[in-house]
Amino acid sequence: MASIALAAPAPQARRGFSTLLKRKHSVLPGFSLALGYSVIYLALVVLIPLAAVFLKSSTLGWEGFWNATTQPRVLASFKLSFGASLIAAAINVVFGLIFAWVLVRYRFPGKRLIDALIDLPFALPTAVAGIALATLYANNGWVGSVLAPLGVEVAYTPLGVLVALVFIGLPFVVRTVQPVLEDLEAEVEEAAACLGANRWQTFSKVIVPYLTPALLTGFALAFARAVGEYGSVIFIAGNMPMVSEIMPLMIITKLEQYDYAGATAIAVVMLIASFVLLLLINVLQAWTQRSHQRI
Amino acid sequence: MAGSAAQSIARSWFSAPDVSRRRLATSEPFWVRAVLIALALAFFGLFLLLPLAAVFAEAFKKGWSAYAAGVVHPDALAAIKLTLLVAATAVPLNLVFGVAAAWAIAKFEFRGKQLLTTLIDLPFSVSPVISGLIYILLFGAQGWFGPLLETYDVKIVFAVPGIVLATVFVTFPFVARELIPLMQAQGSDEEEASVVLGASGWTTFRTVTLPNIKWGLLYGVILCNARAMGEFGAVSVVSGHIRGLTNTLPLQVEILYNEYNFVAAFAVASLLALLALLTLGVKSFIEWRTARAGSGGNSGQQNQFIERGQP
Repeated sequence: MASIALAAPAPQARRGFSTLLKRKHSVLPGFSLALGYSVIYLALVVLIPLAAVFLKSSTLGWEGFWNATTQPRVLASFKLSFGASLIAAAINVVFGLIFAWVLVRYRFPGKRLIDALIDLPFALPTAVAGIALATLYANNGWVGSVLAPLGVEVAYTPLGVLVALVFIGLPFVVRTVQPVLEDLEAEVEEAAACLGANRWQTFSKVIVPYLTPALLTGFALAFARAVGEYGSVIFIAGNMPMVSEIMPLMIITKLEQYDYAGATAIAVVMLIASFVLLLLINVLQAWTQRSHQRI
Repeated sequence: MAGSAAQSIARSWFSAPDVSRRRLATSEPFWVRAVLIALALAFFGLFLLLPLAAVFAEAFKKGWSAYAAGVVHPDALAAIKLTLLVAATAVPLNLVFGVAAAWAIAKFEFRGKQLLTTLIDLPFSVSPVISGLIYILLFGAQGWFGPLLETYDVKIVFAVPGIVLATVFVTFPFVARELIPLMQAQGSDEEEASVVLGASGWTTFRTVTLPNIKWGLLYGVILCNARAMGEFGAVSVVSGHIRGLTNTLPLQVEILYNEYNFVAAFAVASLLALLALLTLGVKSFIEWRTARAGSGGNSGQQNQFIERGQP
């Protein structure tokens, strides 16, 4: 872009706003209006409110922040949220790959329905998913009544949290892996077979490495979503202090006690975690695209 | 024999494309295919189909009249009205923003474009609860603007404006995210031709750009709408749960459920489940339509749904 700007400098002097930002001349109108409106709206709706969280937490001071985030109950919620999200994302990677695989490669009855309904966890409001899962896995529910005689209790335990997080995370992996798998050329696998690889070797040495960036991206997306998830979890979790309280619930609990500073401190921890994840996801997606182009 | 007949039917059903008769080196043995498909179907049934079925089964547990009573209860009707109002405010706001942002980002080259694109996605990586918390910190009684709002007797949190703000925040990226890659893929040659031939900017947008992006726009709007009507966490923090006044449909579901009024809770929830099914239906239709038309920029459409988050 720099070379374009050097080779073809804007023919006339632009107004201040555009000179600052605009590198390439265009005949199209509306740049200042569209960009100005977008930036102001973004600042008002997203950036300034988010900045409020960090400013509010800075009033706590370092010690206050440390005290607010290291209370045993808060630490227990960190452990549950991050732990359950990690396990859920791992389960989603396994089943997400299976779904992507059968949807791309096989033909079977109900395939189109499954393909359309994979996105259900995105489309179904979380509160609805929450009460449905809680009812299913309660001891008298359809699934719970089968599991209860086996001594497995899901609803109102950390296991329930895991079930809800698996539910909401699945589409992230499927929809990240599916298009990448669709683009994998048959020649690559044929070459592996010609060179004497059996099917399992082709899968583990050729296909899995090719899919790794997409699988990791799906994992990170599912994990990021799971850490912040609220609606689908709280109904099935039981919300027992130290046992099945998730981080977002801790924020609500603090707010209900009018402990705004404490709520903000937890929010800051979560925000930093999600910004780190966002960065990681961007890096992974760039990697996915590169390995996509390579084959 | 019956067994082998069943097996051959099964073979033709659960077959990989083009390999119904003989196995190629690039396909898996029959039993692997069958096991993988069975695993997928089992997981699908347990985690996706059962919850959906449970919503309707519980809603109709005590018959049609109990269901209807749950839906037409004055509190439920007030929640429906509020939900429609919130969506009708938040969706157009984010629609205008999405079009403006996509126009600036897709049609022009400027410094900071990548940063702007990343910042637009920010609300998707923020927990819904935090999306509500930020407005409490700004407009709550102890918030930055709290004293000012109190002086003028304006209520934002624990009132409708707060619900709208939180909804605008969580649905912020939907339309922009849909339009930016689509409009980037389409380039700006057609618009430039139109402007050079003397059309005004507005005419160019209306007659050249809009017909090109209409399906992408609709796609973004239905996802935005589904999330706006179904948002729970963010709205729950700022609403204050005042019956008949600040309860949206998802909050009404929560209240009824916590009161052990399960039939009514699931009856209201079934409305939201229908909305979700409708959204998926329209989404599938648009994907089918754009895939058939083969117009540019929709190849990654399914994939983009991912980063867009959900209710």
